[in-house]
Amino acid sequence: MNNQAKDRLLQWKEEWSKGFKREKARILVCAGTGCVANGSLDVYQALKKEVEARGEYITVDLLLEEDEKTGVSVVKSGCHGFCEMGPLVRLEPSGVLYIKVKTEDAPEIVEALLTNGKPVERLLYRHPVTGEVYAEEQQIPFYHHQNRTALAHCGVIDPEDIREYIVDEGYQGLMRVLTEMTPEEVCQEILASGLRGRGGGGFPTGRKWEFTRIEKSVKKYVVCNGDEGDPGAFMDRSLMEGDPHKVLEGMAIAGYAIGADEGYIYVRAEYPLAVKRLKVAIESAKQYGLLGQNILGTGFNFEVKIKEGAGAFVCGEETALLASIEGKRGMPSPKPPFPAQSGLWGKPTLINNVETFANVAKIIVKGAAWFKGQGTEKSSGTKTFAITGQVANTGLIEVPMGVTLRQVVFEIGGGLRGGKKFKAVQIGGPSGGCLTEEHLDLKLDYDSLLSAGAMIGSGGLVVMDEDTCMVEVARFFMNFTQNESCGKCVPCREGTKRMLEILQRAVDGEGRPDDVELLQDLAEAVRDGSLCGLGKTAPNPVLTMLKYFKDEYIAHVVDKKCPAGVCSALKGYQIDPDKCKGCSKCARTCPVQAISGEIKKPFTIDQEKCIKCGACVSNCPFKAIKEG
Amino acid sequence: MKQEVLTEAMEGDRSIVYQRKFEKVNEIINRLGKSRSALIPILQEVQEEYRYLPEEILTYIAMAMGLAPASVFGVATFYAQFSLEPKGKYVIKICDGTACHVRGSDPVKEAIKKRVNLTGNKKTTEDLRYTVETVSCLGACGLAPVVMINDQIYGQMTPEAINVILDQLEKGEAEDE
Repeated sequence: MNNQAKDRLLQWKEEWSKGFKREKARILVCAGTGCVANGSLDVYQALKKEVEARGEYITVDLLLEEDEKTGVSVVKSGCHGFCEMGPLVRLEPSGVLYIKVKTEDAPEIVEALLTNGKPVERLLYRHPVTGEVYAEEQQIPFYHHQNRTALAHCGVIDPEDIREYIVDEGYQGLMRVLTEMTPEEVCQEILASGLRGRGGGGFPTGRKWEFTRIEKSVKKYVVCNGDEGDPGAFMDRSLMEGDPHKVLEGMAIAGYAIGADEGYIYVRAEYPLAVKRLKVAIESAKQYGLLGQNILGTGFNFEVKIKEGAGAFVCGEETALLASIEGKRGMPSPKPPFPAQSGLWGKPTLINNVETFANVAKIIVKGAAWFKGQGTEKSSGTKTFAITGQVANTGLIEVPMGVTLRQVVFEIGGGLRGGKKFKAVQIGGPSGGCLTEEHLDLKLDYDSLLSAGAMIGSGGLVVMDEDTCMVEVARFFMNFTQNESCGKCVPCREGTKRMLEILQRAVDGEGRPDDVELLQDLAEAVRDGSLCGLGKTAPNPVLTMLKYFKDEYIAHVVDKKCPAGVCSALKGYQIDPDKCKGCSKCARTCPVQAISGEIKKPFTIDQEKCIKCGACVSNCPFKAIKEG
Repeated sequence: MKQEVLTEAMEGDRSIVYQRKFEKVNEIINRLGKSRSALIPILQEVQEEYRYLPEEILTYIAMAMGLAPASVFGVATFYAQFSLEPKGKYVIKICDGTACHVRGSDPVKEAIKKRVNLTGNKKTTEDLRYTVETVSCLGACGLAPVVMINDQIYGQMTPEAINVILDQLEKGEAEDE
């Protein structure tokens, strides 16, 4: 019986592999949210038309069904990660990556592919500094330093075709646990791998599984947290869009390990494409008997349902997420009881993040030791980071835990945009903190980041340059958490509001000197007194700002100056008496008559009257008016 | 007890007009079921249909599902996705996530508001053509700053670029008519 299941999966794999081998070449067009926004679907159509016109077009269906067929396929893939350079087109088997492809490039791309195989040079990535041209994706510095494990399939396979996933070891992990392992052994294997929650908490995944497994209950649930709310993080979106089966397989393995027959994926409302791809994936997995009743004939049942969120950041907190699935206001509840004991509808529930589930199948197939061999001792494996902000190469990357911030920002990210100076990195979104130049050699892992007052969070990395005002950034995050505070507990509801007021004062030029101490006190009270993770971590951006950029804050509240020149209320305009010719043009332009003077002598600005509109600056023929 | 009284009152009031008005809502509730966990999906579909959640429909849903109206209002007002006020034909979402914020989403927002004539805290234009909202993150951070108009995402926005897009949108609409 069990061997039959194994045989069936292996037979599919073998049979389809033969079909795929007859594919002469494959053109993969990125159909992730980013590239679609840049017009990649039109590029896909153009490439398809071009290949068809040359009589070389073949679909995966034809390859698999007809023995002799051969040709070039054009496939929509998940996110390649290099969003900055989209729309991206990748060629297989050569590994060539074309960037910023337009529909009119299609003939040239196809011509080159079918005739001499030499890539079209003008569409290749060129290093902005060295000018070096890279043909293959793997050689580009952005990819070269990466180790794509969870993201391995993203951009490489067609996420809507289960057969491609199966050919590349797909569902082998599920088959292995169902046919060779006991639930206890599965939990032990995951624990031994050292995998920790990728959603930010960093709790050992295997231990969470074991806690849920030992609970005695006929009904248990597996929940996948895809409510990726941290602004600046999009790895879960890319995984659900680019490799949905990997997430489903991880959930099914978890279901077997803890004794659950039902799972929910909670997806953010803002991710319609992820919902669509997951729906397709669930349907086809059921068709092939890899989800649903009596999976692969082993007697194990596992159904997966999708729940779409409705826009509440706090639902990323596990108890709030469960309340939301139940159809209630998404408010957190005190722990204990933990979801492992009493979760969805009071039943033992295992809840893990998308990326955590995406790591599971490979651990089962390759073994705990393989996973443990990557990363650092206490943070094993690889981690995805969404690198954005003022950095040259924005996108989604995956690196072993423990690489340094410098490697990520400067080697993979290509340094700052426009040659600006590095100022800080905000890591872990509104729950994380900022890191400065002194942290560039800090290792990116759970424990090192905690010791610096930040946290890995979901892995959003926003790079900021010298023109960013850190006080304004702290205000921005506080505004976010204050908006998203559910209002249940007082420290978070009131505390974040008062903290926001203090920060707002600072950027509006109305800060008070004793605000520094007050802000620090409040931050600590909110951190210590809040009910859930949202409130407990909400002060982090402020606390790290006070720790690393105190001077900047003092400049705002005491000197009433914004060193980065961002906060408009603190801007002032001065006329340089050496450059001013006394033409009076500025005085005539000023809408509030704040400028006065004698003709042919330097004019002055009355700072009391000035509304800082900047009209005088753009009208001065001698460039004599400066901000400062 | 209270439930019965409410339902009875409703039965008495069931004119044909009333029935037609709630026909679509009934269809949605029947399809998704009356369990509590179906409430959010039901509200999502109803909003899709009406572009917002009219008050009388929320009350109707509560009665049909056997829930207290307060619970339904509680859910409808908790989640950012739900709107109790009519939304415009074009819903423009400006992403103000961290990545978009540091790359200048504010000037883009100002440009849009100026273009569609929205001042202060107003979100929807009088003629119900445009609703302008800020959202926390659309997950397309690589293309920051990002704007979403209905289901279409536009990346690397500038005040100039968004004006060109709105020009095209209006032009396309004029041609359709």
